Amino acid sequence: MSKTPEKQPGDPNTTGHSWDGIEEFDNPMPRWWLWTFYVTIVWGVIYTIMYPAWPLVQSATAGVMGWSSRALVQQEMVAFEEANAPWNAKLVETPLEDIAKDAELQQYAVNSGGAVFRTWCAQCHGSGAQGAPGFPNLLDDAWLWGGTMEDIVYTVSYGIRNEESDDARYSEMPAFGEILEHDEITQVVQYVMSLSNAQTDDAAAQAGKVVFEDNCASCHGEEGTGDIFQGAPNLTDAIWLYGGSEEALTETVTNSRFGVMPNWDTRLTEAQIRAVSAYVHQLGGGQ
Amino acid sequence: MAILDKHKILETNATLLLVFSFLVVTIGGLVQITPLFYLENTIEKVEGMRPYTPLEMAGRDIYIREGCYVCHSQMIRPMRDEVERYGHYSLAAESMYDHPFQWGSKRTGPDLARVGGRYSDQWQVDHLRDPQSVVPESVMPKYGFLEHRKIDGKYIGDVMAANALVGTPYTEEMLENAQADFRAQADPDSDYDGLLERYGDKVNVRNFDGQPELTEADALVAYLQMLGTLVDFSTFTPDANR
Repeated sequence: MSKTPEKQPGDPNTTGHSWDGIEEFDNPMPRWWLWTFYVTIVWGVIYTIMYPAWPLVQSATAGVMGWSSRALVQQEMVAFEEANAPWNAKLVETPLEDIAKDAELQQYAVNSGGAVFRTWCAQCHGSGAQGAPGFPNLLDDAWLWGGTMEDIVYTVSYGIRNEESDDARYSEMPAFGEILEHDEITQVVQYVMSLSNAQTDDAAAQAGKVVFEDNCASCHGEEGTGDIFQGAPNLTDAIWLYGGSEEALTETVTNSRFGVMPNWDTRLTEAQIRAVSAYVHQLGGGQ
Repeated sequence: MAILDKHKILETNATLLLVFSFLVVTIGGLVQITPLFYLENTIEKVEGMRPYTPLEMAGRDIYIREGCYVCHSQMIRPMRDEVERYGHYSLAAESMYDHPFQWGSKRTGPDLARVGGRYSDQWQVDHLRDPQSVVPESVMPKYGFLEHRKIDGKYIGDVMAANALVGTPYTEEMLENAQADFRAQADPDSDYDGLLERYGDKVNVRNFDGQPELTEADALVAYLQMLGTLVDFSTFTPDANR
């Protein structure tokens, strides 16, 4: 056991605790530390007066500043809405075909529409609007339901084949597996491939022409050029939504495939719909 | 000081110190937690909330089983950037039938609190099967196996009964018809009037995954397609002071 050191002159007092002869100096806290501690207490009291804090019987104290995260986000939303209001009003008032003629308005529409697109549309149509298998590419010249501003605004507003909107565009290709014989499907697939000059079995394609005229032409047209009023794709342009291989086409004809697009009129404002339509329209192929 | 001298009794008696420490922590906890249960501004009432249908409940269980909450939150915070991207900020009441809630704390993927109705069923199925086929930049793993795992809802009534035990208002009728409702929701050709009567007209009845069989993909998509759609925000005015 070491010897307890003797108390030297000038040493501070001890705390009075003594454990097995070990004592403890009672050094004062550093001044800066002590003052910081007092300041945090004062800060804490002021903070709970200014901001919502103490739970009472019915509700918590609201704080004299009236701070509320909900009010704050509301204010911010309103501020941005008001800043854009003149532009949005102009966007809604201007006839659709005239939006592009006003360079400044078009610039606003394309930029704000681009933001809408990246938020709401990119997941299906791709961040660059390039589409994905089953989800149309919006960069090309092919339009299932029409590529004028009016057509695009309608499609965005009400969607396609959804259950939410009564005005949704609607059409349904039958599953021809239940209608045609296996051979007939093989033939019509060959014919459809020949329309876009793919390598085909010519004899089968000739036979498929008859099948096509009897079963497909009413929607896809005599020449297979499609019909935007029924959302029937053009089959002659070698642009394929679900693939143009023999296998993919056989699957499409047999079981039928068609996409669904949600209606956006309940989620986006009229100005947002017009803006995103202007954005899509100018991507390429807008009519 | 006298009280400090008494404190010495605690400091020199370990068992007593333990008992009093526990008391202090208990009081602190009660002061912080108890008000949340009775303060009116923490328990906001909203219209439109209903318990999950049996199929949605099964989908929710799959969501939890696959750990979706590890990368996806279900909690839109009251900030402009979040509201612009995801929709109206989440309300506490929207999680009232979640046991446990799926707020999450990490967003590797986007928030899913209002993903319902935002994409088509086909998109959801394609995306679960191969996320990169629709979102090339995605890092989400593939969940195509869900389409091949058939389910029959045999035990879904038990799951609902367990939820009823912790406060979800499932009625006797709902529990009795659990398995029938489970099947009806994924089959638009079935007699689903009972389902709508019990859970409301807004319940989605569709063949969610497009396959004839009832699979886990049906359940998960049914769950995803109703997320955040129950409260009609066009008729809802939040109390700004909450």
